[in-house]
Amino acid sequence: MIDLGDQIDQAVGLRCLTLADHLRQAQVPGVLDIVPSFTAVAIYFEPGPALGANPIARLTSQVQEIIGQIADGAQLTARRIQIPVCYGEKHGPDLEDVAKRTGLSPEQVVQTHHGSICRVYMIGFAPGHPYIGIHDEVFNLPRREVPRTALPAGSLGIANRQSTIYPNVLPGGWHIIGATPLRLFNAKAQQPTLLLPGDEIEFVPINSQRFDNIKAEQLQELGL
Amino acid sequence: MSMFVKRPGLLSSFQDSGRWGYQHLGVSVTGAMDVQSHEMANLIAGNTDNCATLEITLLGPTLVFTKACCICLAGAQMNARINGRPVPRYRPLIVRPTDTLTFETASEGTRTYLAVHGGFDLPDVMGSQSTYLRAGFGGWQGRALKKDDEIGLRAPLLDDRKPLAALSERIWDQVLYLPSMLGQHTGRKSLVRIIRSDQWPEFTAASRAAMVSGTWRISTDSERMGYRLEGPEITLENAREMISEATSFGSIQVPRGGQPIVLMADRQTSGGYPKIATVASVDLPILAQKKPGDEIRFTLVDVEHAQQLDRAKAQAIDELSVSLASISQWLVAARESAPKNAPENSN
Repeated sequence: MIDLGDQIDQAVGLRCLTLADHLRQAQVPGVLDIVPSFTAVAIYFEPGPALGANPIARLTSQVQEIIGQIADGAQLTARRIQIPVCYGEKHGPDLEDVAKRTGLSPEQVVQTHHGSICRVYMIGFAPGHPYIGIHDEVFNLPRREVPRTALPAGSLGIANRQSTIYPNVLPGGWHIIGATPLRLFNAKAQQPTLLLPGDEIEFVPINSQRFDNIKAEQLQELGL
Repeated sequence: MSMFVKRPGLLSSFQDSGRWGYQHLGVSVTGAMDVQSHEMANLIAGNTDNCATLEITLLGPTLVFTKACCICLAGAQMNARINGRPVPRYRPLIVRPTDTLTFETASEGTRTYLAVHGGFDLPDVMGSQSTYLRAGFGGWQGRALKKDDEIGLRAPLLDDRKPLAALSERIWDQVLYLPSMLGQHTGRKSLVRIIRSDQWPEFTAASRAAMVSGTWRISTDSERMGYRLEGPEITLENAREMISEATSFGSIQVPRGGQPIVLMADRQTSGGYPKIATVASVDLPILAQKKPGDEIRFTLVDVEHAQQLDRAKAQAIDELSVSLASISQWLVAARESAPKNAPENSN
Protein backbone atom coordinates (compact mmCIF):
# COMPACT_ATOMS: atom_id res chain seq x y z
CA MET A 1 0.00 0.00 0.00
CA ILE A 2 1.40 3.39 -1.00
CA ASP A 3 -0.17 6.22 1.01
CA LEU A 4 -0.19 9.61 -0.70
CA GLY A 5 -2.35 11.59 1.71
CA ASP A 6 -4.79 11.42 4.57
CA GLN A 7 -7.80 13.36 3.36
CA ILE A 8 -10.08 13.45 0.37
CA ASP A 9 -8.55 16.08 -1.86
CA GLN A 10 -8.52 16.59 -5.60
CA ALA A 11 -4.73 16.87 -5.91
CA VAL A 12 -4.06 13.78 -3.77
CA GLY A 13 -6.70 11.79 -5.66
CA LEU A 14 -5.14 12.76 -8.98
CA ARG A 15 -1.68 11.72 -7.76
CA CYS A 16 -3.08 8.29 -6.81
CA LEU A 17 -4.70 7.88 -10.24
CA THR A 18 -1.55 9.00 -12.06
CA LEU A 19 0.66 6.65 -10.06
CA ALA A 20 -1.73 3.72 -10.60
CA ASP A 21 -1.74 4.50 -14.33
CA HIS A 22 2.07 4.53 -14.55
CA LEU A 23 2.37 1.35 -12.47
CA ARG A 24 -0.09 -0.39 -14.79
CA GLN A 25 1.85 0.69 -17.87
CA ALA A 26 5.14 -0.51 -16.32
CA GLN A 27 3.77 -4.11 -16.26
CA VAL A 28 5.96 -5.17 -13.34
CA PRO A 29 6.27 -8.99 -13.39
CA GLY A 30 4.58 -10.69 -10.41
CA VAL A 31 2.08 -7.86 -9.88
CA LEU A 32 -1.54 -9.10 -9.92
CA ASP A 33 -3.61 -6.00 -9.19
CA ILE A 34 -3.15 -2.23 -8.87
CA VAL A 35 -5.97 -0.51 -7.02
CA PRO A 36 -6.18 3.27 -6.58
CA SER A 37 -8.36 4.86 -3.90
CA PHE A 38 -8.81 8.51 -2.83
CA THR A 39 -5.56 8.60 -0.83
CA ALA A 40 -3.57 5.44 -1.63
CA VAL A 41 -2.59 2.91 -4.26
CA ALA A 42 -2.56 -0.78 -3.34
CA ILE A 43 -0.30 -3.22 -5.18
CA TYR A 44 -1.04 -6.95 -5.02
CA PHE A 45 1.71 -9.35 -5.94
CA GLU A 46 2.41 -13.03 -6.13
CA PRO A 47 5.72 -14.10 -4.58
CA GLY A 48 7.71 -16.12 -7.09
CA PRO A 49 10.81 -16.16 -9.26
CA ALA A 50 9.94 -12.77 -10.81
CA LEU A 51 10.20 -10.99 -7.45
CA GLY A 52 12.98 -12.99 -5.80
CA ALA A 53 13.54 -13.80 -2.12
CA ASN A 54 12.28 -10.48 -0.76
CA PRO A 55 9.37 -9.44 -2.98
CA ILE A 56 8.37 -6.45 -0.84
CA ALA A 57 11.87 -4.92 -0.93
CA ARG A 58 12.11 -5.59 -4.69
CA LEU A 59 8.69 -4.04 -5.38
CA THR A 60 9.41 -1.03 -3.17
CA SER A 61 12.52 -0.13 -5.13
CA GLN A 62 10.72 -0.67 -8.46
CA VAL A 63 7.84 1.55 -7.36
CA GLN A 64 10.24 4.26 -6.20
CA GLU A 65 11.90 4.20 -9.58
CA ILE A 66 8.53 4.59 -11.32
CA ILE A 67 7.54 7.45 -9.00
CA GLY A 68 10.84 9.12 -9.85
CA GLN A 69 10.04 8.91 -13.56
CA ILE A 70 6.67 10.66 -13.23
CA ALA A 71 7.32 14.22 -14.34
CA ASP A 72 6.05 17.07 -12.19
CA GLY A 73 2.63 18.14 -13.37
CA ALA A 74 2.21 14.91 -15.37
CA GLN A 75 -1.27 14.84 -16.86
CA LEU A 76 -3.56 11.89 -16.54
CA THR A 77 -4.85 10.95 -19.96
CA ALA A 78 -8.48 10.37 -19.11
CA ARG A 79 -11.57 9.47 -21.06
CA ARG A 80 -14.58 11.82 -20.92
CA ILE A 81 -17.81 9.88 -20.33
CA GLN A 82 -21.31 11.34 -20.53
CA ILE A 83 -23.81 9.83 -18.14
CA PRO A 84 -27.47 10.62 -18.81
CA VAL A 85 -29.37 11.14 -15.55
CA CYS A 86 -33.06 11.53 -14.92
CA TYR A 87 -33.20 13.68 -11.78
CA GLY A 88 -35.98 13.68 -9.15
CA GLU A 89 -39.47 12.16 -8.94
CA LYS A 90 -39.55 8.36 -9.03
CA HIS A 91 -35.88 8.11 -10.07
CA GLY A 92 -34.63 10.49 -7.36
CA PRO A 93 -36.77 10.14 -4.23
CA ASP A 94 -34.31 12.15 -2.09
CA LEU A 95 -34.03 15.22 -4.35
CA GLU A 96 -36.50 17.29 -2.28
CA ASP A 97 -34.80 16.24 0.95
CA VAL A 98 -31.34 17.14 -0.39
CA ALA A 99 -32.75 20.54 -1.43
CA LYS A 100 -33.94 21.12 2.13
CA ARG A 101 -30.65 20.01 3.68
CA THR A 102 -28.56 22.20 1.37
CA GLY A 103 -30.88 25.23 1.36
CA LEU A 104 -31.08 25.09 -2.43
CA SER A 105 -34.12 24.62 -4.65
CA PRO A 106 -34.41 21.19 -6.31
CA GLU A 107 -33.57 22.88 -9.64
CA GLN A 108 -30.42 24.37 -8.10
CA VAL A 109 -29.38 20.97 -6.71
CA VAL A 110 -29.67 19.46 -10.19
CA GLN A 111 -27.85 22.38 -11.79
CA THR A 112 -25.00 22.26 -9.26
CA HIS A 113 -24.70 18.52 -9.65
CA HIS A 114 -24.38 18.39 -13.44
CA GLY A 115 -22.82 21.84 -13.81
CA SER A 116 -19.20 20.80 -13.51
CA ILE A 117 -17.05 17.98 -14.78
CA CYS A 118 -16.07 15.52 -12.09
CA ARG A 119 -13.96 12.38 -11.96
CA VAL A 120 -14.04 8.69 -10.97
CA TYR A 121 -11.52 8.43 -8.11
CA MET A 122 -12.13 4.81 -7.27
CA ILE A 123 -14.36 1.82 -7.96
CA GLY A 124 -15.24 -0.41 -5.03
CA PHE A 125 -17.96 -1.93 -2.80
CA ALA A 126 -19.44 -3.88 -5.74
CA PRO A 127 -18.40 -4.58 -9.35
CA GLY A 128 -18.47 -1.33 -11.32
CA HIS A 129 -19.60 0.81 -8.32
CA PRO A 130 -17.85 4.20 -8.82
CA TYR A 131 -16.91 6.92 -6.34
CA ILE A 132 -17.22 10.19 -8.31
CA GLY A 133 -16.09 13.55 -6.95
CA ILE A 134 -15.17 15.86 -5.66
CA HIS A 135 -18.37 17.96 -5.61
CA ASP A 136 -19.07 21.44 -4.35
CA GLU A 137 -18.86 21.88 -0.55
CA VAL A 138 -22.67 22.28 -0.51
CA PHE A 139 -22.93 18.50 -1.11
CA ASN A 140 -20.89 17.65 1.99
CA LEU A 141 -23.79 15.66 3.42
CA PRO A 142 -23.46 12.73 5.81
CA ARG A 143 -25.07 9.52 4.62
CA ARG A 144 -28.68 8.72 5.55
CA GLU A 145 -29.06 7.45 9.08
CA VAL A 146 -31.11 4.50 7.94
CA PRO A 147 -29.74 2.95 4.73
CA ARG A 148 -32.21 1.53 2.22
CA THR A 149 -32.06 -2.24 1.85
CA ALA A 150 -32.58 -2.38 -1.93
CA LEU A 151 -31.93 0.40 -4.44
CA PRO A 152 -32.77 -0.05 -8.13
CA ALA A 153 -29.82 -0.54 -10.48
CA GLY A 154 -28.70 2.81 -11.92
CA SER A 155 -29.65 4.84 -8.82
CA LEU A 156 -27.46 7.93 -8.41
CA GLY A 157 -26.64 8.80 -4.81
CA ILE A 158 -24.71 11.67 -3.27
CA ALA A 159 -22.95 12.04 0.11
CA ASN A 160 -19.67 13.46 1.42
CA ARG A 161 -19.06 15.58 -1.73
CA GLN A 162 -19.22 12.42 -3.85
CA SER A 163 -21.63 10.66 -6.16
CA THR A 164 -22.07 6.97 -6.71
CA ILE A 165 -24.18 4.91 -9.06
CA TYR A 166 -25.47 1.52 -7.94
CA PRO A 167 -24.67 -0.98 -10.72
CA ASN A 168 -27.10 -3.61 -9.41
CA VAL A 169 -29.89 -3.81 -6.88
CA LEU A 170 -27.93 -3.11 -3.69
CA PRO A 171 -28.40 -1.74 -0.18
CA GLY A 172 -27.21 1.85 0.24
CA GLY A 173 -27.25 4.87 2.50
CA TRP A 174 -26.56 7.65 -0.01
CA HIS A 175 -29.15 10.30 -0.94
CA ILE A 176 -30.75 9.24 -4.22
CA ILE A 177 -31.30 12.27 -6.46
CA GLY A 178 -31.67 10.54 -9.82
CA ALA A 179 -30.92 7.49 -11.93
CA THR A 180 -29.13 6.60 -15.14
CA PRO A 181 -30.51 4.10 -17.66
CA LEU A 182 -26.97 2.97 -18.53
CA ARG A 183 -25.69 -0.42 -17.47
CA LEU A 184 -22.55 -0.09 -15.34
CA PHE A 185 -21.38 -3.69 -15.18
CA ASN A 186 -21.51 -6.68 -17.48
CA ALA A 187 -19.26 -9.62 -16.54
CA LYS A 188 -19.40 -11.02 -20.07
CA ALA A 189 -18.28 -7.86 -21.86
CA GLN A 190 -14.72 -7.35 -23.06
CA GLN A 191 -14.61 -4.20 -20.90
CA PRO A 192 -16.85 -5.27 -18.00
CA THR A 193 -17.38 -1.83 -16.45
CA LEU A 194 -18.79 1.32 -18.04
CA LEU A 195 -16.36 3.43 -16.00
CA LEU A 196 -12.67 3.23 -15.17
CA PRO A 197 -10.75 4.92 -12.37
CA GLY A 198 -9.63 8.31 -13.68
CA ASP A 199 -12.52 8.86 -16.13
CA GLU A 200 -13.90 12.40 -16.35
CA ILE A 201 -17.66 12.40 -15.88
CA GLU A 202 -20.23 14.72 -17.37
CA PHE A 203 -23.74 14.19 -16.00
CA VAL A 204 -26.35 15.02 -18.64
CA PRO A 205 -29.94 15.68 -17.45
CA ILE A 206 -32.63 13.76 -19.35
CA ASN A 207 -36.41 13.40 -18.91
CA SER A 208 -38.13 10.16 -17.96
CA GLN A 209 -39.24 9.52 -21.56
CA ARG A 210 -35.61 9.61 -22.72
CA PHE A 211 -34.66 7.44 -19.71
CA ASP A 212 -37.11 4.74 -20.81
CA ASN A 213 -35.92 4.93 -24.43
CA ILE A 214 -32.24 4.54 -23.53
CA LYS A 215 -33.07 1.72 -21.13
CA ALA A 216 -34.97 -0.11 -23.89
CA GLU A 217 -32.05 0.38 -26.30
CA GLN A 218 -29.62 -1.01 -23.73
CA LEU A 219 -31.74 -4.11 -23.16
CA GLN A 220 -32.07 -4.65 -26.89
CA GLU A 221 -28.29 -4.46 -27.34
CA LEU A 222 -27.91 -7.13 -24.69
CA GLY A 223 -30.55 -9.25 -26.39
CA LEU A 224 -32.75 -9.30 -23.28
CA MET B 1 -22.46 -34.83 -18.93
CA SER B 2 -20.11 -36.27 -16.43
CA MET B 3 -20.91 -35.37 -12.83
CA PHE B 4 -24.49 -35.39 -11.61
CA VAL B 5 -25.53 -33.67 -8.37
CA LYS B 6 -27.87 -35.94 -6.43
CA ARG B 7 -27.70 -33.78 -3.30
CA PRO B 8 -25.95 -30.39 -3.28
CA GLY B 9 -24.64 -30.28 0.31
CA LEU B 10 -24.64 -27.12 2.41
CA LEU B 11 -22.58 -24.86 0.13
CA SER B 12 -20.61 -26.33 -2.74
CA SER B 13 -19.14 -23.91 -5.28
CA PHE B 14 -16.37 -24.03 -7.86
CA GLN B 15 -13.29 -21.96 -7.01
CA ASP B 16 -9.83 -21.52 -8.45
CA SER B 17 -6.96 -19.36 -7.23
CA GLY B 18 -9.01 -16.23 -7.80
CA ARG B 19 -10.12 -13.62 -10.31
CA TRP B 20 -7.11 -11.32 -10.20
CA GLY B 21 -6.63 -8.15 -12.21
CA TYR B 22 -10.09 -6.60 -11.73
CA GLN B 23 -10.07 -5.27 -8.17
CA HIS B 24 -9.71 -1.71 -9.45
CA LEU B 25 -13.14 -2.24 -11.06
CA GLY B 26 -14.69 -3.36 -7.78
CA VAL B 27 -14.62 -7.05 -8.69
CA SER B 28 -13.82 -9.28 -5.70
CA VAL B 29 -10.99 -11.77 -6.10
CA THR B 30 -13.06 -14.67 -4.66
CA GLY B 31 -11.34 -18.07 -5.25
CA ALA B 32 -10.63 -20.92 -2.83
CA MET B 33 -10.79 -20.04 0.87
CA ASP B 34 -8.08 -22.63 1.58
CA VAL B 35 -5.74 -22.11 -1.36
CA GLN B 36 -3.30 -24.73 -0.10
CA SER B 37 -5.85 -27.58 -0.13
CA HIS B 38 -7.16 -26.37 -3.49
CA GLU B 39 -3.63 -26.49 -4.95
CA MET B 40 -2.87 -29.89 -3.42
CA ALA B 41 -6.10 -31.46 -4.71
CA ASN B 42 -5.29 -30.17 -8.20
CA LEU B 43 -1.68 -31.36 -8.18
CA ILE B 44 -2.52 -34.81 -6.85
CA ALA B 45 -5.26 -35.20 -9.50
CA GLY B 46 -2.50 -34.62 -12.06
CA ASN B 47 -3.40 -31.05 -12.98
CA THR B 48 -0.49 -28.78 -13.70
CA ASP B 49 -2.58 -25.71 -14.46
CA ASN B 50 -4.98 -23.80 -12.23
CA CYS B 51 -8.23 -25.75 -12.71
CA ALA B 52 -11.23 -24.91 -10.54
CA THR B 53 -11.95 -27.39 -7.74
CA LEU B 54 -15.28 -27.89 -5.99
CA GLU B 55 -15.16 -26.21 -2.56
CA ILE B 56 -17.41 -28.22 -0.25
CA THR B 57 -18.48 -26.60 3.03
CA LEU B 58 -19.21 -28.47 6.30
CA LEU B 59 -21.79 -30.88 4.89
CA GLY B 60 -20.86 -32.52 1.63
CA PRO B 61 -22.92 -33.33 -1.49
CA THR B 62 -23.76 -36.65 -3.14
CA LEU B 63 -22.28 -36.81 -6.61
CA VAL B 64 -22.68 -39.45 -9.31
CA PHE B 65 -20.05 -39.76 -12.04
CA THR B 66 -21.17 -40.70 -15.53
CA LYS B 67 -17.67 -40.71 -17.02
CA ALA B 68 -14.40 -42.31 -15.93
CA CYS B 69 -12.03 -39.83 -14.33
CA CYS B 70 -9.38 -39.33 -11.67
CA ILE B 71 -10.33 -37.35 -8.56
CA CYS B 72 -8.56 -36.15 -5.43
CA LEU B 73 -9.87 -34.77 -2.14
CA ALA B 74 -7.92 -32.38 0.07
CA GLY B 75 -8.72 -30.29 3.12
CA ALA B 76 -11.39 -31.11 5.70
CA GLN B 77 -12.14 -34.70 6.70
CA MET B 78 -15.72 -35.43 5.66
CA ASN B 79 -15.46 -39.23 5.60
CA ALA B 80 -15.99 -39.37 1.86
CA ARG B 81 -16.95 -42.69 0.31
CA ILE B 82 -17.17 -44.07 -3.23
CA ASN B 83 -20.00 -46.62 -3.39
CA GLY B 84 -19.62 -46.99 0.38
CA ARG B 85 -15.83 -47.54 0.42
CA PRO B 86 -13.81 -44.90 2.31
CA VAL B 87 -11.83 -42.48 0.13
CA PRO B 88 -8.53 -41.29 1.61
CA ARG B 89 -7.65 -37.62 1.29
CA TYR B 90 -4.52 -36.54 -0.62
CA ARG B 91 -4.57 -39.60 -2.94
CA PRO B 92 -5.47 -39.78 -6.63
CA LEU B 93 -8.36 -42.15 -7.21
CA ILE B 94 -9.89 -43.51 -10.42
CA VAL B 95 -13.69 -43.40 -10.52
CA ARG B 96 -15.90 -45.13 -13.10
CA PRO B 97 -19.31 -44.35 -14.61
CA THR B 98 -22.17 -44.80 -12.06
CA ASP B 99 -19.76 -44.47 -9.08
CA THR B 100 -21.35 -42.43 -6.30
CA LEU B 101 -19.28 -40.11 -4.10
CA THR B 102 -20.82 -39.28 -0.72
CA PHE B 103 -19.71 -37.10 2.17
CA GLU B 104 -20.70 -36.73 5.78
CA THR B 105 -20.52 -33.69 8.02
CA ALA B 106 -16.92 -32.50 8.48
CA SER B 107 -15.30 -34.16 11.47
CA GLU B 108 -12.07 -32.20 11.10
CA GLY B 109 -11.83 -28.84 9.33
CA THR B 110 -14.57 -27.05 7.39
CA ARG B 111 -13.79 -27.11 3.67
CA THR B 112 -12.98 -30.04 1.39
CA TYR B 113 -11.70 -29.55 -2.16
CA LEU B 114 -12.62 -31.98 -4.93
CA ALA B 115 -10.34 -31.84 -7.96
CA VAL B 116 -10.84 -33.85 -11.12
CA HIS B 117 -8.09 -34.59 -13.62
CA GLY B 118 -8.36 -32.18 -16.57
CA GLY B 119 -10.76 -29.93 -14.69
CA PHE B 120 -14.49 -29.29 -14.75
CA ASP B 121 -16.02 -27.84 -17.91
CA LEU B 122 -16.65 -24.28 -16.74
CA PRO B 123 -16.43 -21.01 -18.69
CA ASP B 124 -13.67 -18.52 -17.97
CA VAL B 125 -15.28 -15.27 -16.86
CA MET B 126 -12.80 -12.41 -16.61
CA GLY B 127 -9.92 -14.88 -16.58
CA SER B 128 -11.21 -17.15 -13.81
CA GLN B 129 -13.59 -20.04 -13.13
CA SER B 130 -14.29 -18.94 -9.55
CA THR B 131 -17.91 -18.54 -8.49
CA TYR B 132 -18.62 -14.96 -7.40
CA LEU B 133 -21.61 -15.87 -5.24
CA ARG B 134 -22.56 -12.31 -4.27
CA ALA B 135 -22.51 -10.95 -7.84
CA GLY B 136 -23.92 -14.14 -9.40
CA PHE B 137 -21.35 -14.90 -12.08
CA GLY B 138 -18.45 -17.26 -12.70
CA GLY B 139 -18.12 -20.95 -11.80
CA TRP B 140 -21.25 -22.99 -12.46
CA GLN B 141 -23.98 -20.48 -13.46
CA GLY B 142 -22.73 -18.00 -10.87
CA ARG B 143 -24.11 -19.98 -7.94
CA ALA B 144 -23.62 -22.86 -5.53
CA LEU B 145 -24.55 -26.34 -6.73
CA LYS B 146 -28.21 -27.38 -6.72
CA LYS B 147 -29.86 -30.76 -6.90
CA ASP B 148 -29.94 -32.21 -10.45
CA ASP B 149 -27.12 -30.01 -11.80
CA GLU B 150 -24.90 -31.84 -14.31
CA ILE B 151 -21.37 -30.59 -14.76
CA GLY B 152 -19.16 -31.66 -17.64
CA LEU B 153 -15.54 -32.75 -17.37
CA ARG B 154 -12.91 -31.32 -19.69
CA ALA B 155 -10.80 -34.47 -20.00
CA PRO B 156 -12.55 -37.68 -18.88
CA LEU B 157 -10.55 -40.92 -19.07
CA LEU B 158 -11.23 -43.59 -21.69
CA ASP B 159 -13.74 -45.97 -20.12
CA ASP B 160 -12.02 -49.21 -21.12
CA ARG B 161 -12.25 -51.72 -18.29
CA LYS B 162 -8.85 -53.43 -18.39
CA PRO B 163 -6.52 -50.47 -18.97
CA LEU B 164 -8.48 -48.45 -16.41
CA ALA B 165 -8.07 -51.18 -13.79
CA ALA B 166 -4.35 -51.37 -14.56
CA LEU B 167 -4.01 -47.58 -14.31
CA SER B 168 -5.92 -47.56 -11.04
CA GLU B 169 -3.58 -50.17 -9.59
CA ARG B 170 -0.50 -48.44 -10.88
CA ILE B 171 -1.57 -45.12 -9.31
CA TRP B 172 -2.51 -46.84 -6.08
CA ASP B 173 0.95 -48.46 -5.83
CA GLN B 174 2.74 -45.16 -6.39
CA VAL B 175 4.28 -43.87 -3.15
CA LEU B 176 3.28 -40.25 -2.63
CA TYR B 177 5.65 -37.99 -0.79
CA LEU B 178 3.65 -35.33 1.08
CA PRO B 179 6.01 -32.57 2.34
CA SER B 180 5.54 -32.15 6.11
CA MET B 181 4.57 -28.50 5.69
CA LEU B 182 1.47 -29.35 3.65
CA GLY B 183 -1.89 -30.77 4.57
CA GLN B 184 -1.40 -30.30 8.31
CA HIS B 185 -3.70 -27.34 8.78
CA THR B 186 -7.15 -28.91 9.07
CA GLY B 187 -6.74 -30.34 12.56
CA ARG B 188 -6.42 -28.73 15.94
CA LYS B 189 -3.81 -26.17 14.93
CA SER B 190 -5.15 -22.83 16.16
CA LEU B 191 -2.17 -20.48 16.41
CA VAL B 192 -2.30 -18.01 13.52
CA ARG B 193 0.64 -15.78 12.65
CA ILE B 194 -0.13 -12.10 12.00
CA ILE B 195 1.86 -9.09 10.79
CA ARG B 196 1.37 -5.64 12.34
CA SER B 197 -0.43 -3.14 10.08
CA ASP B 198 0.62 0.48 9.53
CA GLN B 199 -2.15 1.49 11.94
CA TRP B 200 -1.01 -0.90 14.72
CA PRO B 201 0.53 1.93 16.82
CA GLU B 202 -2.77 3.83 16.76
CA PHE B 203 -4.50 1.13 18.82
CA THR B 204 -4.41 1.28 22.64
CA ALA B 205 -1.62 -0.62 24.42
CA ALA B 206 -4.25 -2.85 26.02
CA SER B 207 -5.74 -3.64 22.58
CA ARG B 208 -2.35 -4.51 21.12
CA ALA B 209 -1.58 -6.79 24.07
CA ALA B 210 -5.03 -8.40 23.85
CA MET B 211 -4.59 -9.23 20.16
CA VAL B 212 -1.84 -11.72 21.01
CA SER B 213 -2.83 -12.79 24.54
CA GLY B 214 -6.55 -13.20 23.91
CA THR B 215 -8.48 -16.21 22.69
CA TRP B 216 -10.72 -15.43 19.74
CA ARG B 217 -13.91 -17.25 18.94
CA ILE B 218 -15.19 -17.35 15.37
CA SER B 219 -18.73 -15.99 15.44
CA THR B 220 -21.77 -17.53 13.78
CA ASP B 221 -22.03 -14.94 11.01
CA SER B 222 -18.61 -15.84 9.59
CA GLU B 223 -18.55 -16.90 5.96
CA ARG B 224 -16.60 -16.60 2.72
CA MET B 225 -16.60 -12.81 2.91
CA GLY B 226 -15.14 -12.46 6.38
CA TYR B 227 -14.75 -14.01 9.81
CA ARG B 228 -16.05 -12.03 12.76
CA LEU B 229 -14.08 -12.64 15.93
CA GLU B 230 -15.44 -12.54 19.48
CA GLY B 231 -12.98 -11.70 22.22
CA PRO B 232 -11.43 -8.73 24.01
CA GLU B 233 -12.55 -5.30 22.82
CA ILE B 234 -10.07 -3.65 20.45
CA THR B 235 -10.06 0.15 20.28
CA LEU B 236 -8.12 2.97 18.71
CA GLU B 237 -6.37 5.46 21.01
CA ASN B 238 -8.23 8.24 19.17
CA ALA B 239 -11.22 7.13 17.16
CA ARG B 240 -11.10 8.59 13.66
CA GLU B 241 -12.92 8.30 10.37
CA MET B 242 -10.98 6.30 7.82
CA ILE B 243 -11.05 6.89 4.08
CA SER B 244 -11.96 3.79 2.08
CA GLU B 245 -8.98 2.02 0.57
CA ALA B 246 -8.15 -1.35 -0.96
CA THR B 247 -8.46 -4.48 1.18
CA SER B 248 -6.61 -7.79 1.23
CA PHE B 249 -7.16 -11.46 2.11
CA GLY B 250 -6.37 -11.71 5.82
CA SER B 251 -6.70 -8.00 6.72
CA ILE B 252 -7.97 -7.72 10.29
CA GLN B 253 -10.35 -4.76 10.36
CA VAL B 254 -11.75 -3.28 13.54
CA PRO B 255 -15.18 -1.65 13.17
CA ARG B 256 -16.56 0.58 15.89
CA GLY B 257 -17.96 -2.21 18.05
CA GLY B 258 -14.36 -3.30 18.79
CA GLN B 259 -14.77 -6.88 17.51
CA PRO B 260 -12.34 -7.59 14.66
CA ILE B 261 -13.27 -8.98 11.25
CA VAL B 262 -10.76 -10.99 9.22
CA LEU B 263 -11.39 -10.41 5.51
CA MET B 264 -11.55 -13.66 3.55
CA ALA B 265 -11.84 -14.78 -0.10
CA ASP B 266 -15.09 -12.95 -1.02
CA ARG B 267 -14.05 -9.65 0.65
CA GLN B 268 -15.23 -6.41 -0.90
CA THR B 269 -12.45 -4.66 -2.79
CA SER B 270 -12.54 -1.56 -0.60
CA GLY B 271 -13.13 -0.90 3.06
CA GLY B 272 -13.01 1.97 5.47
CA TYR B 273 -12.26 0.45 8.87
CA PRO B 274 -8.89 0.71 10.63
CA LYS B 275 -6.76 -2.41 10.29
CA ILE B 276 -4.78 -3.70 13.25
CA ALA B 277 -2.91 -6.53 11.52
CA THR B 278 -2.85 -8.93 8.57
CA VAL B 279 -2.81 -12.72 8.73
CA ALA B 280 0.40 -14.14 7.20
CA SER B 281 -0.63 -15.76 3.88
CA VAL B 282 0.91 -19.05 4.92
CA ASP B 283 -1.57 -19.35 7.82
CA LEU B 284 -4.74 -18.31 5.94
CA PRO B 285 -5.53 -22.01 5.26
CA ILE B 286 -5.64 -22.66 9.05
CA LEU B 287 -8.27 -19.94 9.36
CA ALA B 288 -10.20 -21.10 6.26
CA GLN B 289 -10.61 -24.52 7.90
CA LYS B 290 -12.16 -23.07 11.08
CA LYS B 291 -15.89 -22.93 11.55
CA PRO B 292 -18.15 -20.77 13.72
CA GLY B 293 -17.54 -21.59 17.37
CA ASP B 294 -13.89 -22.62 16.89
CA GLU B 295 -11.24 -20.72 18.82
CA ILE B 296 -7.95 -19.30 17.59
CA ARG B 297 -5.02 -17.31 18.99
CA PHE B 298 -2.65 -14.91 17.25
CA THR B 299 1.10 -14.49 17.41
CA LEU B 300 3.15 -11.72 15.79
CA VAL B 301 5.76 -12.25 13.10
CA ASP B 302 7.59 -9.67 11.01
CA VAL B 303 7.24 -9.30 7.24
CA GLU B 304 10.64 -10.90 6.54
CA HIS B 305 9.70 -14.01 8.48
CA ALA B 306 6.31 -14.19 6.74
CA GLN B 307 8.07 -14.00 3.37
CA GLN B 308 10.42 -16.84 4.40
CA LEU B 309 7.41 -18.96 5.32
CA ASP B 310 5.86 -18.23 1.91
CA ARG B 311 9.05 -19.35 0.21
CA ALA B 312 9.20 -22.56 2.23
CA LYS B 313 5.58 -23.29 1.32
CA ALA B 314 6.19 -22.61 -2.37
CA GLN B 315 9.15 -25.00 -2.24
CA ALA B 316 7.02 -27.71 -0.61
CA ILE B 317 4.42 -27.31 -3.37
CA ASP B 318 7.19 -27.60 -5.99
CA GLU B 319 8.49 -30.80 -4.36
CA LEU B 320 5.00 -32.27 -4.36
CA SER B 321 4.56 -31.29 -7.98
CA VAL B 322 7.81 -33.03 -8.99
CA SER B 323 6.88 -36.23 -7.15
CA LEU B 324 3.59 -36.32 -9.09
CA ALA B 325 5.03 -35.86 -12.58
CA SER B 326 4.69 -39.52 -13.60
CA ILE B 327 1.09 -39.84 -12.34
CA SER B 328 0.20 -36.73 -14.30
CA GLN B 329 1.73 -38.23 -17.48
CA TRP B 330 -0.12 -41.55 -17.07
CA LEU B 331 -3.42 -39.71 -16.66
CA VAL B 332 -2.90 -37.50 -19.70
CA ALA B 333 -2.15 -40.64 -21.77
CA ALA B 334 -5.35 -42.30 -20.50
CA ARG B 335 -7.69 -39.46 -21.54
CA GLU B 336 -10.51 -40.11 -23.99
CA SER B 337 -8.97 -37.45 -26.17
CA ALA B 338 -5.39 -38.81 -25.95
CA PRO B 339 -3.82 -39.76 -29.30
CA LYS B 340 -4.16 -43.53 -29.70
CA ASN B 341 -1.04 -45.73 -29.91
CA ALA B 342 1.19 -42.86 -28.90
CA PRO B 343 4.36 -43.97 -27.13
CA GLU B 344 3.84 -43.48 -23.43
CA ASN B 345 6.83 -41.29 -22.71
CA SER B 346 6.78 -39.17 -25.81
CA ASN B 347 7.23 -35.46 -25.39
